Amino acid sequence: MDYLYFAIRRLLQAVLVMFVISLIGFSIQDNLGDPLRELVGQSVSEKERQALRDRMGLNDPFFIQYGRFLGKAVQGDLGNSYFFKKPALEVIAAKFPATLELVIGATIIIISFALPFGVYCAIRPKSWFAKFIMGFSIIGISVPVFLTAIFSIYIFSVELGWMPSFGRGETRDLLGWNSGFFTQDGLVHLVLPSISLASIMMPLFIRLIRSEMMEILQMEYIRFAWAKGLLPRRVWFLHAFKNTLLPVITVGGVQVGTMLAYTILTESVFQWPGMGFLFLEAVNRVDTPLIIAYIIVVGLIFVVTNTFVDLLYTWVNPTVKLVGQKS
Amino acid sequence: MALLEVTDLEVEFPLVRKTLKAIHGISFNLEKGERLGIVGESGAGKSVAAFAVLNLLSKPGRISNGKIRFEDVELSGLDAKSMRHIRGNRISMIFQDPMMTLNPVLTVGTQMIECLKAHRKISNSDARELSITKLREVLIPSPENRMKSYPHELSGGMRQRVVIAIALLTDPSIIIADEPTTALDVTIQAEIMTLMLDLCKTKNLGLILITHDLAVVSQVTERILVMYAGRVVEEGLTRDVINNPRHPYTRGLIKALPQENKPGERLNQIRGTMPSLGAIPPGCAFNPRCDFADNACELEVPDLMGADSHRAACIHMDKIPAFSDEEAGK
Ligand SMILES: Nc1ncnc2c1ncn2[C@@H]1O[C@H](COP(=O)(O)OP(=O)(O)OP(=O)(O)O)[C@@H](O)[C@H]1O
Ligand SMILES: [Mg+2]
Repeated sequence: MDYLYFAIRRLLQAVLVMFVISLIGFSIQDNLGDPLRELVGQSVSEKERQALRDRMGLNDPFFIQYGRFLGKAVQGDLGNSYFFKKPALEVIAAKFPATLELVIGATIIIISFALPFGVYCAIRPKSWFAKFIMGFSIIGISVPVFLTAIFSIYIFSVELGWMPSFGRGETRDLLGWNSGFFTQDGLVHLVLPSISLASIMMPLFIRLIRSEMMEILQMEYIRFAWAKGLLPRRVWFLHAFKNTLLPVITVGGVQVGTMLAYTILTESVFQWPGMGFLFLEAVNRVDTPLIIAYIIVVGLIFVVTNTFVDLLYTWVNPTVKLVGQKS
Repeated sequence: MALLEVTDLEVEFPLVRKTLKAIHGISFNLEKGERLGIVGESGAGKSVAAFAVLNLLSKPGRISNGKIRFEDVELSGLDAKSMRHIRGNRISMIFQDPMMTLNPVLTVGTQMIECLKAHRKISNSDARELSITKLREVLIPSPENRMKSYPHELSGGMRQRVVIAIALLTDPSIIIADEPTTALDVTIQAEIMTLMLDLCKTKNLGLILITHDLAVVSQVTERILVMYAGRVVEEGLTRDVINNPRHPYTRGLIKALPQENKPGERLNQIRGTMPSLGAIPPGCAFNPRCDFADNACELEVPDLMGADSHRAACIHMDKIPAFSDEEAGK
């Protein structure tokens, strides 16, 4: 019952945040570029323009226009892209699978490296391998992404010729999902962009997991677990790890949103035909509806993942006090 | 031969700039079924001594000297596998704060069954049955349901009962309890202590009870070890030590007890505080706080002296008026 109450409150918060995002998005639309110029060009007279403005409701008060915008947005209509002459959402939806692919690829890489490395560094902080990982992760934090991306393109694509240097490769439909995961060519194209995206987050995750786990290993209940004569693997991988996971899930979930922002960078370096690349193009073309649609879609993804993570965290963690709990 | 024999145990913490010695050579024995109390103010080294027995010292602590014989096994320097066989199986521990002792994300059942499975070849359902039996022994109502509970769903007293049940699971021969009631409500403290005493008596369990509380020690234990600054300053049968303390520190501890027949009187706390590890005074470590100290006390560390059943480490102990006389003269 408590949980239901908490869940409802959390969902309401999410709706509120989306409301604010939409307001911001709309203000941008209101101030950026004149839709008429994009639609009708220079040849139309001022009088005709005014008539057109009236007809399109562009002279209405801000909140009436915003209400109209919101009403349409809720129905999935975020206006038409000036450039593609198609609904902006449709344009973004077409590019979404490519970006999702990249994020999933990077997440898999992060999980399969950061978890074992972080845990290892916590268990054996003095070993040379742990020191090496920690040293390396400092370098990882301080070297800008586009440098590592370009560097890896140079080595693996140009010099060694192992990987393609740009583009998405072949895709195939499986259960209604069109993705490069299902073809060899698609997978090969995914490797460098995924690694490059993952490398941005990796040091943070290794350090996070390590420090959380080291803290947990100092807890009295861990000492009690040893005192019970349990095997080290049970103490580490059940008693300590399960407690480590909770804070890591929370921070990790938030980082998925941040990762989406970094896809803009990665996609432009690798010419990856995803949402981020599309967004950059839209900015160059001052394609306002597309820009706003992007902001709202990314905001939505961000809010949904955060809400989901919060709900999950509270669900998994038996000790969280639900009443008055803040995310 | 005693069940547990600790001889000249020394524990140190090598820190970056210097090495701090927490235990300066303590010795004690525990017979089968015997109940031994270790008392002393905070920082005396009681917990460190207890953790050293099972090699559970927190980093960077290590045993730098001494022997710990349990049955026929030397515990200091024992390999990890053999040590695991002792921990939680032959010697169990109970910690101070039941809030912190149980893992918050695992159910009571999980935390009990895993302990059994670590030491016995036993099926899950048998382990479950046995766990429920032990929960019943520590007087937990509806134990079947409690098996599914998470620690935070239980009260402090219930949690400590669960911890005691875990300690009893494998029928160990010694339980080391480090201030098992300090973190609990006063009303619950007596309940838990009575429970532990009953269990020890019926099962002929050896108990090492670490506590600040002399009243508890005198009710529960047969022998006492009084520790000060990493050393044993007095040891003997509980009634001898309590009724006729020979070391000024022990006298101070007893005098500081609230007097039942004189309520409202100011407590006679020992002046000063326990020295920190880096600043232990030369000679008898207690001398700066002692009413009987003179220059001779600063010269060297006194050994334990007296008959085997009651010894104290004070060079002036024969000159000090008997405790009862002094009390009467007041
Ligand atoms: N990990 C550690 N590193 C450095 N010093 C430590 C460490 N653990 C304990 N000590 C020191 O060892 C001394 C003895 O500590 P111990 O915990 O045994 O005291 P205690 O008698 O159990 O006191 P309390 O009644 O407060 O539990 C203290 O001075 C303490 O500061
Ligand atoms: Mg202690």
